[in-house]
Amino acid sequence: MVVMNPTGDIAIQERNLILIATGLMLLVIVPVIALTIIFALRYRKGRNPHAYDPHFDHSTKIELVIWTVPLAIIACLGVITWTSTHKLDPFRPLDRISATRPLPDNVKPLDIQVVAMDWKWLFIYPAQGIATVNELELPVDVPVRFSITSTSQMNTFYAPTLAGMIYAMPGMKSMLHAVLNAPGDSWGYSGNYTGAGYQDMRFQLHGVDQNGFERWVARVKSSTDELSTARYLDLDQPSEKVSVMHFSRIAEGIFDRAVNRCIRPGMPCIADVMAKDQATDRGNGPMSSATHEAPMHDATTHASH
Amino acid sequence: MHEQGFTHAPLGRLTLESLPLHEPILIGTFLGVAALGLLVIAALTWFRKWGWLWREWLTSVDHKKIGIMYVVLGIIMLLRGFSDALMMRAQQAVAFGANQGYLPASHYDQIFTAHGTIMIFFVAIPLVVGLVNFVMPLQIGARDVAFPYLNNLSFWLTAAGAMLTMVSLFVGEFARTGWLSYAPLAELPYSPDTGVDYYLWSLEIAGIGTTLSAVNMVATIIKMRAPGMTLMKMPVFTWTALCSNVLAVAIFPALTAAFFLLILDRYAGTQFFTNELGGSPMMYWNMVWIWGHPEVYVLVLPAFGIYSEITSTFTGKRLFGYSSMVYATLVITILSYLVWLHHFFTMGSGASVNSFFGIATMIIAIPTGAKVFNWLFTMYRGEIRFELPMMWVVAFMLTFVVGGMTGVLLAVPAADFVLHNSLFLVAHFHNTIIGGVVFGLFAGMSYWFPKAFGFRMDEFWGKVAFWGWVIGYWVAWTPIYIVGLMGVPRRVHHLDDASLQPYFVVAALGAVIILIGILGFVMSIVMGIVRREALRDATGDPWGGRTLEWSTSSPPPAYNFAFQPVVHELDAWHDMKENGYQRPTSGFHPVHMPRNTAAGIYVAALCLVFGFSMIWYIWWLAEISAVGAVLASILHTFNYHRDYFIPKDEIALTEDERTRALAEVA
Amino acid sequence: MNTTSLPSSARRDNGPAGSRAFHLTTEDHDHGGGRATLIGFWIYLMSDALIFASLFAVFGVLSHHYAGGPGPKQLFDLSLVAANTMLLLASSITFGIAMMAMEEGRTRATVVWLALTGLLGASFLCVEMHEFSELIARGATPQSSAFLSIFFTLVGTHGVHVAAGLVWMVTLLVQIGQRGLVMENQRRVMCLSMFWHFLDIVWIGVFTFVYLYGVIR
Repeated sequence: MVVMNPTGDIAIQERNLILIATGLMLLVIVPVIALTIIFALRYRKGRNPHAYDPHFDHSTKIELVIWTVPLAIIACLGVITWTSTHKLDPFRPLDRISATRPLPDNVKPLDIQVVAMDWKWLFIYPAQGIATVNELELPVDVPVRFSITSTSQMNTFYAPTLAGMIYAMPGMKSMLHAVLNAPGDSWGYSGNYTGAGYQDMRFQLHGVDQNGFERWVARVKSSTDELSTARYLDLDQPSEKVSVMHFSRIAEGIFDRAVNRCIRPGMPCIADVMAKDQATDRGNGPMSSATHEAPMHDATTHASH
Repeated sequence: MHEQGFTHAPLGRLTLESLPLHEPILIGTFLGVAALGLLVIAALTWFRKWGWLWREWLTSVDHKKIGIMYVVLGIIMLLRGFSDALMMRAQQAVAFGANQGYLPASHYDQIFTAHGTIMIFFVAIPLVVGLVNFVMPLQIGARDVAFPYLNNLSFWLTAAGAMLTMVSLFVGEFARTGWLSYAPLAELPYSPDTGVDYYLWSLEIAGIGTTLSAVNMVATIIKMRAPGMTLMKMPVFTWTALCSNVLAVAIFPALTAAFFLLILDRYAGTQFFTNELGGSPMMYWNMVWIWGHPEVYVLVLPAFGIYSEITSTFTGKRLFGYSSMVYATLVITILSYLVWLHHFFTMGSGASVNSFFGIATMIIAIPTGAKVFNWLFTMYRGEIRFELPMMWVVAFMLTFVVGGMTGVLLAVPAADFVLHNSLFLVAHFHNTIIGGVVFGLFAGMSYWFPKAFGFRMDEFWGKVAFWGWVIGYWVAWTPIYIVGLMGVPRRVHHLDDASLQPYFVVAALGAVIILIGILGFVMSIVMGIVRREALRDATGDPWGGRTLEWSTSSPPPAYNFAFQPVVHELDAWHDMKENGYQRPTSGFHPVHMPRNTAAGIYVAALCLVFGFSMIWYIWWLAEISAVGAVLASILHTFNYHRDYFIPKDEIALTEDERTRALAEVA
Repeated sequence: MNTTSLPSSARRDNGPAGSRAFHLTTEDHDHGGGRATLIGFWIYLMSDALIFASLFAVFGVLSHHYAGGPGPKQLFDLSLVAANTMLLLASSITFGIAMMAMEEGRTRATVVWLALTGLLGASFLCVEMHEFSELIARGATPQSSAFLSIFFTLVGTHGVHVAAGLVWMVTLLVQIGQRGLVMENQRRVMCLSMFWHFLDIVWIGVFTFVYLYGVIR
């Protein structure tokens, strides 16, 4: 049960949360189920005629217990909710490698940019200058910073063994901070139905040590495929059951343009449009004609989430 | 508009290709449905019952008849919705590895969309509305609801929506988007065919019916209670009906608006929920869930009310902690409006926002838990009779609390991050809907069936239904919880990992057991009719009830009460029985009643044609039917003779018959 | 009607001495449709208010999304909007006068003031349709941006409601012509009055948040 036995620190903490919350609630549920069965049997007509009290319909003491015990449990859960939600916020950088290992001072997070397409996953490693489709290679015990977007539909980026899921949304950039604590092969998928090819929109997840990771990078760099703008546009066409691809080079700023939805030449970048809209608000906008101008430059700013 | 393929052909985009002539499953279904339909038509003709059907049922404005028609609609749609479930379970039980299963992907995707849509909008809502319709006016000592004509129209609008959805089975396709039809998937570029249009128009039409019905019920409860029945002397079922309908009035506009904007996107090229030109798909998610979460409370609150009535009746005690129950209901009603974001914690709204909604969600567990304890303490020191309705209550208590637990679990945002949209989630909401709403509806139907028809349901088949549902539920859904914890998402029709297959096989077996339960339920009605003399309820009070509906005959006369009841205490009928109430047998006077109307059927039929023609882009027909619907409504307002008096002799006759029947029993 | 106290006209059934009365012996003639019409209409109106609230919420989210095109400052002609507002507010006043005439039983005056209200409402719609066609002619169509989509839809939905109110008004004028101000017609006028004033209030919201706020921010 991968959700119950994950290998990523975030996922492990989330698993623990499930167990704690379940335990707290069993404190109420088990007595309720037990009392239901006991009362059903004991007060069955004919079993216990002396106990029948048709006027027993109110008791302040019982009401007090009925309301305060669940209140107390929910209060505990509420505190746990507040703290865990902040601690495990996908946008929050990691502060530890695992329960037993704190974050080393000099570690730099590995940046991976994720683009959800119909119906495959594009992973860009900007620092290494490579990209893959449907293959996510992660070095063990290195914090990873995912920047995530989508080209057309709402998807969720989810690798159960690694961390919880976060939506991949067109025109927006979401983030996930996670770390893999053990090597091995696993998988990930999108958790939001998006149509015909959704079902097979899976990626492979490989956890490897540092050497293994560098060897893998070298292997990808030796691929003949390159992620140019044209290749990206080609890739963006709907396709199903896509096998792993490697790209040895990536076009400049391609992820930012993906977030801003201006990869295709001639498309206005969202950040530019928003800046223009703000100018319009200040009264410096276009004249009364409503024709759109299409600024033909790449976005240098990120579209904010 | 041209890029959307709008045509000016007389039949719009409807062609022979729209018919599923190459799909054997659908052809078979159509032949079966057609055969059944012809059989019904033949029977009605042979027995010359068309006039009876029209006068007594279809044009009736009697809340009792309308309530029964809603329930019949719900049961028919349950059979359709459950067939979808069986097909999904069968597919998921076999589709592993090389085996792609027997359902093509595009079918499976329509089936899971249709299953959810039908079960919520055309099964749960009609059944709840039907029971409230039938029972609540009797419980408050009224002769009908506040707006009987509106009641009739509301029913037919709901039925029209259901029919439009059913038409999609044979003409065109249904949506392939999931039951809430999220943007941007539901936008034209990703769903260009008729599917989402069928979805939108069916639900807009039915939604208007539900909204109007809710307005009706709220006005009734506020204005038409018997003298002496203060709010805190209302039966709990009436309280829950009030809260449920207030909630419905508050939330359906949000859904109406959301669907309206999506319709504009699809038909007029606007940019509400598109990815381009400033649109925001997230806005759609927020709007539908602002509807969606309170909706489940609209459904479950009346079920809770049913449990309260049944528990109190079959334990021979007043409900424990009545005020507490009322306040708990009110708290749940208000809180349910504040939690919608928990359906998309994973959308990255930030930790503080997520925490707020998570904690608000958990807080609802407190009043809900209080209710469960109150039922328990009603049982405590009671004299419990385990007739069918009470069996359903116990099954609910054992089943629903587990669903509530998994719900609170999912309300912890960081836990939801690994469980969102997994089969664990699917198991959770089926747990609460089946264990809470469905069991409650079966409890209510078996409880009030004798009141509605004058004889009880067949007990043996009722027990078959009970055990089929209870055992079937646990067998079907426990494995689904487990595979959810194995990272299996929802809405997939094929899996690569064959080690998961045993779970799905067990789940399919559970579905078959539930099927036995459903067939048992149908049989309990059929055999009840067959054996009705032996199961006759002659007194009108077969269970020793405590509320006013049990003071009438079974079934009640058209006018409900010969004399307006006066209420002094909670559990009014019980109070009357305890205090030497004597049923008056003379001194009747004429009773003012509303006439039947065909206006509801005509308007709803025109709306159905309008929806169909909009779906298929048949513009001329859309214009005619729209104008027609408006004209029919306006014409109806010119009818000022909507009522008549039942003469006192007729009342006397009916009441004398009852006097005789009661004497025979004594 | 207060359901907690019994109408004094009703005689209670007094059974054996000391027992309580469990039913009324006379019929209460103010039956359901009558006493519940106004509150029923009010509840419906609240649901309609929530539709507008949803549209205002969408407006709140999308109101700055001009997609690089024109915004409120470039598009809105406040003098047109002011004229429209005056027309609608005046129509609420004329409706109020019609209501007063109805209370006094003056049928002809009621009809005249209602017709005046209708004329003002129709003028409002004409001005609005003129505004819309101007915008569309300039290329500011509902399809050009999310802002324009919600602008046209919010203001347009209000306009459709006004149109529906006018249809209702004409129907009611015919019915008053046929039957005079019978109880049923009076109830209908009261409901229409609630509807009409409600639309006025929604317009104040539109005028403030869409037009004024759009231009001054």
